[in-house]
Amino acid sequence: MACNQWLPQLDAYLDGELPSEPMRALDAHLRSCPACAADALARVQLKRAIKTAGSRFTPSPEFRNQIHKKIGGKPRRAWNSGWVLATAAFAVVLVAGFVSTYLERQNLRQQQFYSELADLHVSTLASANPVDVVSSDRHTVKPWFQGKIPFTFNLPELQNTDFTLLGGRVTYLGQIPGAHLIYQIRKHQISVFLFPEDLVGLNGKSNVSRERTFNVDTWAQDGLRYIVFGDVAPEDIRSLSGLLKSAAKS
Amino acid sequence: MCVSAEPPQSGTFEELAMPLFGQLYNFAHWLAQNREEAEDLVQETYVKALRGFGSFQPGTNFRAWMYRILRNTFLTSRTGLKATMTVPLDEGESGPGATAATDQPTPEALLIDRNHQDLLQTALEELPLHFREVLLLCEVEEMSYQEIADTIAVPIGTVMSRLSRARAALRANVQQKLRRP
Repeated sequence: MACNQWLPQLDAYLDGELPSEPMRALDAHLRSCPACAADALARVQLKRAIKTAGSRFTPSPEFRNQIHKKIGGKPRRAWNSGWVLATAAFAVVLVAGFVSTYLERQNLRQQQFYSELADLHVSTLASANPVDVVSSDRHTVKPWFQGKIPFTFNLPELQNTDFTLLGGRVTYLGQIPGAHLIYQIRKHQISVFLFPEDLVGLNGKSNVSRERTFNVDTWAQDGLRYIVFGDVAPEDIRSLSGLLKSAAKS
Repeated sequence: MCVSAEPPQSGTFEELAMPLFGQLYNFAHWLAQNREEAEDLVQETYVKALRGFGSFQPGTNFRAWMYRILRNTFLTSRTGLKATMTVPLDEGESGPGATAATDQPTPEALLIDRNHQDLLQTALEELPLHFREVLLLCEVEEMSYQEIADTIAVPIGTVMSRLSRARAALRANVQQKLRRP
């Protein structure tokens, strides 16, 4: 059960409405109180679920055009220059429609994907036992996954770096099994996820981006999809990505 | 219906108002709970806002202004009047501490995630209007408490109190549905 002292402030904290002083105090408390952290996590999940459930209705393009015209928007160009122009315009609109729908679906899929990763990252770190294999030795962590996931991978040597391997666990994304490794740099923990590339369906070159307030890098290498996910600076994400890429080549 | 009043900033109105179109429609649909009424509501909102754009104070919150017009239009419609007849008298309390301790759920009771989307959508539909609107403005539109207060014309304390009660009511409703065989 979360602490009575902090409970009334949790919603305002998660809504970003607490003044800076109590915000810092509650922030510190959440790092040391598993009950309040679990409560806060459940509230975050509810907020996300309401956002998804509440973003349900979309206006039709016809209705949008109708309102646009009504408030003085430029009317759509009339197709009165003969059937050739009309056919060409139709083809362009059709292709644009397909491309736009495809991009929208890709974007939606990607957002859902990052949202699920954020859940996995946060819920793992909030857990009392975040990893199932506790070891900083890559030669212990890697073999532990044998027989538990349908692929194998190489882990980097971390000597002379600021990173430490804390351990790993088997995770699932849309019922696909994968490896979830936790690295630490200074006091920050970074999640590294590995999934079969063809099953995850992400595209794009490796590049650190900001998703759901976290910094993320993702790339495909040797049939695996790597995702590096955490609240550290983009340079740290890039640096860990570099180590993982080098290890994968070896 | 065609609008004849053309304020000098009509271009600016279009630039400000059209990006809000999808969100306003979604909100209107949640208020009216059917497509035809939502379209009527959005159309009337845009027409009223365009007419009143001359009186809009630059530098104030345009988004809250648009939502306020939409909400007021809804509240004076037949469906809106019917919905407001069921608003309970819960506005005596205000502030974050106003929620009774018994309203606070356990973490287990809070665990409602995206696997329960259908249940959640039904539970949102079933929420009383004054709870549904604050939850949507906060979670879907990501408005600040101040923006919500400006939109629904109540003090911030009332926004916080309503949000807290709305979340508790939603969780209770979903939990009840989950317990049903």
